[in-house]
Amino acid sequence: MSTEHIPTPSQTSGPFLHLGLTDKRSVVRIAGPEVTGERLRLKCRVLDADAVPLNDAMIEIWQANAEGKYNHPDDPRGTGADAGFRGFGRAATDENGACEFETIKPGPVAGPGNSVQAPHLNAAVFGRGILLQLHTRIYFAGDPLNESDPVLALVSPERRETLIARPDPAQVNTWGFEIRLRGERETVFFDI
Amino acid sequence: MKAEAKEHSVIAYHRHKPGSQPNRVYESYRSTVTRNPSKPLIFLPHTLSEITGPIYGHDPVTETDSDLTRQHAGEPVGERIIVTGRVLDDNGRPVPNTLIEIWQANAAGRYLHQRDQHPAPLDPNFSGAGRAITDENGNYRFVTIKPGAYPWFNHYNAWRPAHIHFSVFGRAFLSRLITQMYFPGDPLFAFDPIYQSIPDEKARQRMIAKFDLETTKPQWALGYRFDIVLRGPEATPFET
Repeated sequence: MSTEHIPTPSQTSGPFLHLGLTDKRSVVRIAGPEVTGERLRLKCRVLDADAVPLNDAMIEIWQANAEGKYNHPDDPRGTGADAGFRGFGRAATDENGACEFETIKPGPVAGPGNSVQAPHLNAAVFGRGILLQLHTRIYFAGDPLNESDPVLALVSPERRETLIARPDPAQVNTWGFEIRLRGERETVFFDI
Repeated sequence: MKAEAKEHSVIAYHRHKPGSQPNRVYESYRSTVTRNPSKPLIFLPHTLSEITGPIYGHDPVTETDSDLTRQHAGEPVGERIIVTGRVLDDNGRPVPNTLIEIWQANAAGRYLHQRDQHPAPLDPNFSGAGRAITDENGNYRFVTIKPGAYPWFNHYNAWRPAHIHFSVFGRAFLSRLITQMYFPGDPLFAFDPIYQSIPDEKARQRMIAKFDLETTKPQWALGYRFDIVLRGPEATPFET
């Protein structure tokens, strides 16, 4: 990396990001009915240090397909059966700090060496007051691979639960995930 | 589903140099204080999850998507400008076929957004949103009008320097960038905590477009160049 090519700094998306990114171009349906896999609805919420919901944030999701493969040339395993599955979603939060995605549960993804990463969604949070997006991961409660996941293993056991979506007791195939940007039960964010 | 446990290695991407990106908590930009973690981020060695990203499947872009002066029946009010440049990675390699999305205030400093309270006029001929895809050499080009400065509530008499918001995908989820493009010589830089949030002055100046006479079209529009550099891999990735 030469000095002439230092990456452009990030800046906040500001409170009007909808105009450029989500008014016409949100992607709430990451996987339509044609995509193979265990269908699910993911309900996210974003809260600040005082547990006040953010009504002007945006979440972006990047995920593998049901076989754990990413639709990308750098995934050496190819895309597998669902070549049409893109794996990208984005949505703005509403007045309650909430947004929802419709998708499938990704399969396990190859990890460093011989390890296997438990099924997870990669998430980035943008918004007013966020100068550089915050990266986290969304795992699924009860998945047996969580125990051996190499990334969860980097996180102290008492904070690991902030990375795990829980099934909604009131609705089938629906999962909830809260992103607490700061303070009590602060979500784990990654330096990637 | 059976886990695939084949040995493989991933080409990691460069990490940001200290000071080259904003401080997440920057107290003079007030809302950063409650909206960023208090605990240190956890260092994540790169896996397939970080070095891949949504490079396929962007909706097609039309000509009026990148010409914000031709999205309505009439022309918007303001100083017509051309903004062009290249998207490169930090190895100096062009980033082709990547989606750029922009949004901005109109010439009076007002966004077409219900939450914008600035008592300046909306322009019926200007929406302020555009999209383009880089060509095989990483080039992009927009035609728009120069946005106005506008006030905000961060502190007494706070004004944002004129800027255009840029969103760029790049090749990996970790190379995703949302930034703002500024105009050279703006007297508001010194007073703007968003611009000032980046400790390294040289890095900060990378967000300022350059006036460019070559890009300027006689009798028609001023031209600016704005190159965007994204994080790149530590080694050349496999071409497939």
